[in-house]
Order: sequence, then C-alpha cells, then structure tokens
Amino acid sequence: MSNQIPLVDYLVLGDEPHLVAHECTACGARYFDRRNACASCSGTEFTPADIPTEGVLRTFTIVTFAAPGIPVPFVSGIVDCGGTSVRANVVDIEPTPEAVTLGMKVRLTTFPIGADGEGTEAIGFGFAPA
Amino acid sequence: MSEEVWILGINMTKFGKHPDKDSVDLAAEASLAALADAGVGMKQMDILAAGNLLGGGHLGQTLQKQIGQTGIPVYNVANACATGATALRTAVMAVKAGEADYGLAVGVEKLAGAGLLAGGARKDDGNTWTPAGRYGAVAAVDGRVGTEIMPGVFAQIGMEYLNEHPYEGSNFELFARISEKNHAHSTLNPLAAYTKRMSLEEIMNDVMIAYPNTRPMCSANCDGAAAAVVVSGSVLKTLSLEQQKRAVKVAASILTTDPWEEACQVLPNVNTLTRNAAKQAFEQAGVGPEDLDLVELHDCFATAELVHYDNLMLCEPGGAVEFFESGATWRDGTTPVNVSGGLESKGHPIAATGIANVWEVCHHLRGEAGDRQIEGAKVGLAHVIGLGSACGIHILEKAA
Repeated sequence: MSNQIPLVDYLVLGDEPHLVAHECTACGARYFDRRNACASCSGTEFTPADIPTEGVLRTFTIVTFAAPGIPVPFVSGIVDCGGTSVRANVVDIEPTPEAVTLGMKVRLTTFPIGADGEGTEAIGFGFAPA
Repeated sequence: MSEEVWILGINMTKFGKHPDKDSVDLAAEASLAALADAGVGMKQMDILAAGNLLGGGHLGQTLQKQIGQTGIPVYNVANACATGATALRTAVMAVKAGEADYGLAVGVEKLAGAGLLAGGARKDDGNTWTPAGRYGAVAAVDGRVGTEIMPGVFAQIGMEYLNEHPYEGSNFELFARISEKNHAHSTLNPLAAYTKRMSLEEIMNDVMIAYPNTRPMCSANCDGAAAAVVVSGSVLKTLSLEQQKRAVKVAASILTTDPWEEACQVLPNVNTLTRNAAKQAFEQAGVGPEDLDLVELHDCFATAELVHYDNLMLCEPGGAVEFFESGATWRDGTTPVNVSGGLESKGHPIAATGIANVWEVCHHLRGEAGDRQIEGAKVGLAHVIGLGSACGIHILEKAA
C-alpha cells in the first residue's frame, strides 16, 4: 500500500478514498488546483474540505475520437457531489447513451493506472453507478 | 457623449482551403477589400487591431509591411475564439474614445487540415511518477479525468442544458436537427467552406466525435480572413451620400469574461458571460431580442447553439428547445439564426470568426446578401465565445 501515489494531489488514498478541495475561508468557494487567491472574493486563506464520495451526474459526453494515445471510447462527465462539481470519467459502465443517463447516481471509485520504473503504482479515480 | 461608431467597409475572404496563400496574404486580401469597400485607404487609418491566434501574435506589423507602414499604433490581440470580436472592439473603443477617426480591424487563421484543437497527444508517462502542475498530476489527465477536447467540452455544455431542462425526445436527434438547419442555410452562401445540404440521417450517421456531436455537428477548421473599417459618426457626416447610405451603425460593442460561479473552473460556463454581454448589448443599443432580424451566434458545436438561444434571450428562459422546434431559427422563421451556415458549415478560422459574423450581418443590413438576403433586415446581432472565457457581442443597425 505504501507504494502508491494519487494521479492528482486532490485525491486522498487510504481506507476511504475521497477528493479534497481548497475551500476559501472567507467565501466558501472551492477549488481543486493550487491557488494564488480566491477567484470569487480574492481571499488568500484556504482550508481543506472533504468532498462527498456520492453524487449525481449533471452532464456527460462519450468521447469516441480523442488525441493520439488516449483510449476511446470513454465517458467524461461532471458530477455534483453535494454542491461541489467534480470533473471525472464515468467508469464501470457501458459507454453508450442508453447506459449513461443524466441525473444518474454515482459513487467515487479508485483504480490503478500503472506502475512506474520503481514499482510505485499510480491510482486514478472515476465515478461508477451507485 | 461618446462618439457614434460606424462600419464603413467590411469584407471576408472565401472560407475554405487556400494552400497557395499564407495568413498575411489572406489578411491583406480582406483588409484591402474592406478599405476599398469603405472608399478610403491605409493613409486614413489611425489604428490597426489585428488577431491571428496560431500565428505568433505579430500579424499587425507583418500586415503593415505588405499593405501600408504608416506608423500608426498596432494592437495585436488574442482572446481565443473571440479574437476577431476583440480586434473589432479595440478599434471601436479607439474611435469611441475620440482617439481615432478611423480604425481597421482584421482577423485571420490558417486552419485547413488541423485536427482536434486543445487536448494534444498524450505523452508517455515518465519513468518515475512525479507530481507536476497545479493539480499535482503524476500523469496526463485528458481522458483520465474527463475530457479536454472541445467537441467533448461543448457536448457536456449542451447536455447540461438538457439536464436542467429535460427534453422528452431524443437528445442526439435534437442537436443533429440544429446542425441540419445550419448546413441547409450554407447552401446559399458562396463564401462558406462547405455548402452541401446534409440530411438528418447523414448527420447522425457520420463519424461520432463526442456524443452527441458527430463530425458535421462540429465547427469546420478552414482558412480565412475578415476585416472591417470603422469610422466616427462625425467624420461619416463629411463623407459621400453613398458611403453614408451603406455605412452600418455599431449600436453595441461588448466584451465580457465569466464571473466566478460554482463549477465554472470545472466545466467552462459559457452561459453567464453571454447572458451578461447580451444584457449590456441590448441596453447599449436600445433594442430588445424581438427587434433582431437576424442573429449570427457561436455554433462552434451544435450543442452550443441551443444554449445560446437562451443566453442571448432569443427565447423564454429555459425555452430553447421549444424555440428551436417552433422553426423560429430557420431562415424563414421569426429569428433567423446563422443564415451564413454558421461555424459548422461556413467554417471557423478562429481569429476571423468574430469579424466574419459581423460581415454577414452587415451584408443583410445593406441589402447585398443576394440569394440568402433576409428581406428588410434592419437590426442584427453577432456573437462569439472564446473559451477561457471571453464573449463578444456586436449589435448592428442599418443606416436610417
């Protein structure tokens, strides 16, 4: 387990994997990237906020034609996790418009995406039907 | 009281493949034709604003070296797909501020044969996972954490609208029918890159890029340029009656960016900044959506056109689907939208688009649009979105 690293730094691994956002202490706006200041109020203080692991699929697309090296098809979507929007792939589902539906309930899941030369496994995330 | 601003001359080149011309050739062709259309020359110009997104940001001076080095200030502008509108707005602001009597704005792009824009090929993952960038990513995220390609981003933007305003019918067919309209319109536009009428079946059975956008539902990469000469109202009064008659009033010139809202840094929000720009534009022009005789809006994808019916307030809030299904946006409808064929068939040479759509509207207001003329057109609106984001809106009015 120690030889794991998250695909992105806002994915927290461990027994209960989840996403964590930088929340502006002044206005509550949430961000997943490294911040210089808040885009909503220009505040500069942030606190970590755990994001619920269950959510609702607000929109999606099924990408069938992507840049070289990217396996297709895959489902990309935006998930509303208790009021915080998250961009992710929708996984463990057939990538067809019949299977993927607007408003479907989904749950965070993690999976290995490969190991580097030192044997460290990178762990990615997606949302699967709940 | 700030100056009135008028378009005195305007031109767009044929959009399509120009293998024997470079971007300066195309920009020069459009600029010289716009000046000729205006009945003036480079010597009268007080400012040049130039946009060429993929060309390195120095189009203005390169163009001057071909068509006239008069020592005037050049503003090389970049604002993604709103670059052309930004160039035009820069010239408009200079005239409005009283710093220039005349301005020239030009946009050009060489895009024929370009594939997917943004995203980019995935590099091999390194030998040691090392967090990098603002998300501390150890590997490429496009395709692993959603999609970054434009057809996919705008597919999600269209589908989001249908999540908020559920539609009983087939989502895919709905968006394909919007594309069918624009391809039908393009058959009347000799300057469009593609002028082939496509049936609904052909559109739906074409190559799927990012559901629900098939290839003909995506904007067409092509070469092209457009240029406009603007003049102050007080100088226009000193020109010939013919020039005054053909001049088109810039009743509103607006540029906005997106104010922060939840989710706007996760999926670009093209709605709020367009709505804000539309509100400001209608207020500045003193007209309402019901006064528009034609609209050229940024249908970079069929999924985008739907949301902009609502954003531009052409329909009741939430009523974009019903509005489209009423036939309102076909050329014989109450609010013809993209009678040029739109970006899906006319083409989208990025930096040219925000002037080419103004050209289309001016063409109708002057009564010079030939077979595709919207009869009696007096007021029109041209809209572009550059992702990131910037929204440009110009409202144009026929001379009294």
